[in-house]
Amino acid sequence: MLSCKEAAGLVSKSLDTRLSWRERAALRMHIAICRMCRNYQKQLRAMTKAVRKSSAEAWLPPLRLSEEAKQRILRHFRSER
Amino acid sequence: MTPATDPERWLGEYGDLLFRYAVARVGDISIAEDLVQETLLAAWRGRGRFTGQSAESTWLVGILKHKIADHFRKQPPLSLEDSGLDLDRYFDERGHWRRAPESWPDPERELYEEQLQAALRQCVGHLPPRFRNLFFLREVEGLSGEEICKQMPVSSTNNVWVMLSRMRFQLRQCLEKAGFSHSGKGE
Ligand SMILES: [Zn+2]
Repeated sequence: MLSCKEAAGLVSKSLDTRLSWRERAALRMHIAICRMCRNYQKQLRAMTKAVRKSSAEAWLPPLRLSEEAKQRILRHFRSER
Repeated sequence: MTPATDPERWLGEYGDLLFRYAVARVGDISIAEDLVQETLLAAWRGRGRFTGQSAESTWLVGILKHKIADHFRKQPPLSLEDSGLDLDRYFDERGHWRRAPESWPDPERELYEEQLQAALRQCVGHLPPRFRNLFFLREVEGLSGEEICKQMPVSSTNNVWVMLSRMRFQLRQCLEKAGFSHSGKGE
């Protein structure tokens, strides 16, 4: 019987790679009887789905290069070229 | 000077994009600024290799990705301690949850996805920098574990699953703290 800690690890791993049949069977058994890990699985899946459904651009922070940084970069460029 | 080889124009047109991408990956403003600088210089020196087959922005982001990988390869491989997460706080000696994960709002609820995305964006910003990079490479760009290890060394390839698991655990924990689980009062 898996512990919840192990089950939580496998829940995540299953989002990244194919589990071995042994891991899959153990996880399925645990999830069937453990509501907490079932919740955890649902939530991790929802998180992954929320990211994959949006564009990559949405995950870039809403920042701009400062004017100072731009000037610094241009100065550096002129001296290096 | 042809327009296609003008770093001043690159900076004006793509500077913000490169900067935002770099911050998303390295999580630090001044490192990101340096990476943009190195990228433009490398692009200038290698401008003969730009064939025009891809968009200019794609070409520049490609160079930036190499610079970011160099940045992470200079650091020791990512290990569990770097997550700053003590799982013993959440699981007891037998590996049982000390406190059950709270339930979340009903996914069918209106605006659920928008709220989840907004809360996630906040929480991603709170991850330790290299875990932020993990999030971006795996969840946003969809790289495999093996590919991730090429972009950022992890102490052993098998460990990349463990690192990703920590990253998600932390994100979920942060969402709960940020009150995401309570935002659905109906539950
Ligand atoms: Zn469990």
